[in-house]
Amino acid sequence: MINNIGTELKRGVLTENPIFVLALGLCPSLGVSTSVSNGLGMGLASTFVLIGSNIIISLLKKVIPEQVRIPAYIIVIASFVTIVQMVMQAYLPALYTSLGIFIPLIVVNCIILGRAEAFASKNNVINSAIDGLVMGLGFTVALVVLSTIREILGANKLLGLEFIPGFKPMTIFILAPGGFFTIAFVVGLINFFKMKKEQK
Amino acid sequence: MTTERTLDLHISSSPHIRDSRSVPHIMRDVVLALIPAMIAGFIFFGIRSLMLIASAVIAAVVTEYVISEKLLKRSNAIGDWSAVITGILVAMNMPVAAPIWMAALGSAFAIAVAKWTFGGLGNNFINPALAGRAFLMASFPAQMTGTIFSQSGLFGKVPSPLCGMDAVVTSASATAWGGADALSGATPLAALPNLISSGANIQDTLLPLFWGNVGGCIGETSAIAILIGAIFLLGRRVIGFTIPVIYVATVFILALFFSGVEGASPLSSDAATVALFHILSGGLLFGAVFMATDMVTSPITIKGQAIFALGCGVLTFVIRKFGGYPEGVSYSILLMNLVTPLIDRYVSPRVYGTGKK
Repeated sequence: MINNIGTELKRGVLTENPIFVLALGLCPSLGVSTSVSNGLGMGLASTFVLIGSNIIISLLKKVIPEQVRIPAYIIVIASFVTIVQMVMQAYLPALYTSLGIFIPLIVVNCIILGRAEAFASKNNVINSAIDGLVMGLGFTVALVVLSTIREILGANKLLGLEFIPGFKPMTIFILAPGGFFTIAFVVGLINFFKMKKEQK
Repeated sequence: MTTERTLDLHISSSPHIRDSRSVPHIMRDVVLALIPAMIAGFIFFGIRSLMLIASAVIAAVVTEYVISEKLLKRSNAIGDWSAVITGILVAMNMPVAAPIWMAALGSAFAIAVAKWTFGGLGNNFINPALAGRAFLMASFPAQMTGTIFSQSGLFGKVPSPLCGMDAVVTSASATAWGGADALSGATPLAALPNLISSGANIQDTLLPLFWGNVGGCIGETSAIAILIGAIFLLGRRVIGFTIPVIYVATVFILALFFSGVEGASPLSSDAATVALFHILSGGLLFGAVFMATDMVTSPITIKGQAIFALGCGVLTFVIRKFGGYPEGVSYSILLMNLVTPLIDRYVSPRVYGTGKK
């Protein structure tokens, strides 16, 4: 059971980070981590959906028949994604355009379905909400880390501003191969430090 | 009583054949074979070509040293010369006008990402030098396709891209030259469709292509220099005939049939001229001799190598003729590198005594 928010936060961001440790949600991570604003926007949008869907699914866990639980989860998730999509289109049109297809694709983000199946369907409402929050924050932190690296190396920009004057950006980091390189090296680095810690 | 002895367990890359030849020997031969092409690059593109090569080699060796000796604590990785070759190949696949640091970055990427993340020499699944080139191409397309060929060689300004073809060149739009890919810095290749449609005498272009007095990447322009290196490598049995011959022959035959010359039959002299143009221009010879024959990333059996070379040839021609780039040597070799394990799997010889299939 959930003890305190601090250890939960550590679990979501570090020990069970959705991207770097669980390797879930890699498609949106590759697709939108090209700039920090995209990464942050995607992360926060997913966090909102994750909290909302975890709460509703946790509330409905008794009434959803086991055989049709996945379609039921998807409908709940899709409702929240639709809300996010409409709000973003209305208030953040620039972000909405640059995220494009990846907003509706949050529906099939395996982190959200994964938490619904693995956590929300077995735990109470408050714990599910906290789980959604920490997992969403973990996803957001990972996306921001990836997109910071990619935006600096690939466009020499941070949040759209020039980063190091005169530095020649390597366009490949904005392209798909750069996304794979970045994820691979960050995960490799994390595992390297983990192994070092375990050796001690 | 047995005396206690320490076992000297030596770890080396495959194949584990007892022979006086070793990895360092083979690699040194490859470096020697590259010297004519380097000299040609120096003659046609000037001292700057040597500076690019030097910076790429230093970056490759330093990267190799830092990763293998400092990070992984392995010894004897520098001594095998493979990093030197990667550095030379990366630089020779660049246009001479590219910035010096770009050569260093490309070969550092080749060694660090394409080679060492997969375990170093013998474990890389794609040719590191070509991976470095692909990385540079995707990152800095403008510098890598280098429209500026005004660096002075020993004979003064170099391209006048195709000697005697100036009229055609000036009438051909500048974009045809600007769009040139570089592996092969296919500048003459980019101009080929215009040459054919304008009815120009392509035969006149073959001689400059043979000597190398044309625009392109440092290492690829001089057919004669590459052929000298090829003869040396074949004589020393560092490379076999299979890959280079089948690769070049495939492109030649395809070019005979799809020469693009109006109404030319595959046996006409027009088609033969275009086919010759195809094998002399771009990076085909350089790729076929120095890149596709890389022992680590090409199939082991002769049959497998034939399939590999055929695939390279078909892909190269398809990219040249129908693709968006004027040259396709680097990408076709990279693509065939990827299917090499599959080829090896399907053509592996039957193990003796295991019955018929």
